[in-house]
Amino acid sequence: MSTTEAKPSSAVAIALAWLVVIIPAAWGVYNTALRAANLFK
Amino acid sequence: MAFLSFLDRDRSIAPPGYSRWLVPPAALAIHLAIGQAYAFSVFVNPLLAYKAADGSTWSHKEVGYIFSFAIAILGISAAVFGKWLETAGPRKAMFVSATCFGLGFIIAAFGVFIHSLAIIYFGYGFIGGIGLGLGYISPVSTLIKWFPDRPGLSTGLAIMGFGGGAMIGAPLATNLMAFFKDSGHQPIACAFLCMGIIYFIFMMFGVFMVRVPAPDWKPAGWTAPAKTSALISSHNVTVNSAMATPQFWLLWVVLCLNVTAGIGILESAAPMLQNLFAGKVSALAAGGFVGVLSLFNMVGRFVWASLSDFIGRKMTYMVFFALGAVLYFVLPSISVLSLFVLVAGVLISMYGGGFATIPAYLKDLFGGINVSAIHGRLLTAWSFAGIVGPLVVNAYLDHYKATGQPLAGAYPHILHIMAALLVVGFIANLLVRPVDQRFWIRDSDAHA
Repeated sequence: MSTTEAKPSSAVAIALAWLVVIIPAAWGVYNTALRAANLFK
Repeated sequence: MAFLSFLDRDRSIAPPGYSRWLVPPAALAIHLAIGQAYAFSVFVNPLLAYKAADGSTWSHKEVGYIFSFAIAILGISAAVFGKWLETAGPRKAMFVSATCFGLGFIIAAFGVFIHSLAIIYFGYGFIGGIGLGLGYISPVSTLIKWFPDRPGLSTGLAIMGFGGGAMIGAPLATNLMAFFKDSGHQPIACAFLCMGIIYFIFMMFGVFMVRVPAPDWKPAGWTAPAKTSALISSHNVTVNSAMATPQFWLLWVVLCLNVTAGIGILESAAPMLQNLFAGKVSALAAGGFVGVLSLFNMVGRFVWASLSDFIGRKMTYMVFFALGAVLYFVLPSISVLSLFVLVAGVLISMYGGGFATIPAYLKDLFGGINVSAIHGRLLTAWSFAGIVGPLVVNAYLDHYKATGQPLAGAYPHILHIMAALLVVGFIANLLVRPVDQRFWIRDSDAHA
């Protein structure tokens, strides 16, 4: 009888996956925050 | 085409041990990309200034239709293809979405090159709009299946990406157009071309990362809680049956009114601030106000949807409508700028929160099996509100302009109308009751 052994996803893979989306999102938030800062100048 | 078989639902079932925390980045990749649609306004002035060989230009109205058309197709395609998505699986739907969204940009780039508005409508509006609609709903039911313990948080994360997408899309487009202008190329067409390619590649990351859980999968150590609310159904409802329930149409009204009220501010945020604080706020600062609202819009999507996991979906919308009605009513009488900005920000956070919480509300009422398809049908409320909201705002402003009255006098009326709409939304939400048993799914029509 063959069983599929559970292979947990690596923490590095999870971190890299999040970085792929966090980096552009952070760039967008940074640009927006710069624009928003004009309101308080 | 055999090489595309990797897109099949069967090929995207997660192996044992696959972390569910790999799935939200896949959903975010799609939503961060398609959220670009809300940054389309950065192309408006360059398109208005762009001349054909014979010197002709496009009008503001003609250019404005590009975005309107794309959003209308978003709603229609989400409603039409939602049912297909439930059987085809999220990976195939995301792939079609990425292809349409990227191709839409590329066709639009060609349209700019030959100065054909019809081709831009077809590319960005129609083909791109299909990509928008499919992309918007594609990760919803998958996330809910991976996060049965936190459906609000998971869908809130994805839909937060749609709010954040405009923040990426605007500076990306501006920088690309500046770069191509400096290098002597047609800036709009080249920017469209590059964005089509960049967004396609970025969305393909989501296509490859997304997995559906095995049918018997559940989070480690988690057991479905004993029934805590009559509104959380343990049964599923088909998309066609859902549309026959009063609950679907009550939620349609809830979403429509919440979006209409939000658009009341978003549609004219910068001029509203300049008119209400005449002489105190510069055009640059008013642009900053739009930036502040964008941040509240994005964060509100995550915060409110996550909070709804604890206080319940119905209560979350009660807060939106009760607090929202009061804040809309008092907003025009606030004379302190920082307080005005804060209150407007809270209102826009609830506008975003309304979008992000609705999938979990649908899941509570109709079960998780067909939630993407039902969500797709419900998004027609967004398309409707996208037309009604600006109509109300512009009708008031046009009337004030035509009669020579100061525009500052129009905004209190507009905001009070929005407050009244939220009272109606409060009543609609109050009327939501558990779905009648006769609508529950039978084993034989799980995907009917």
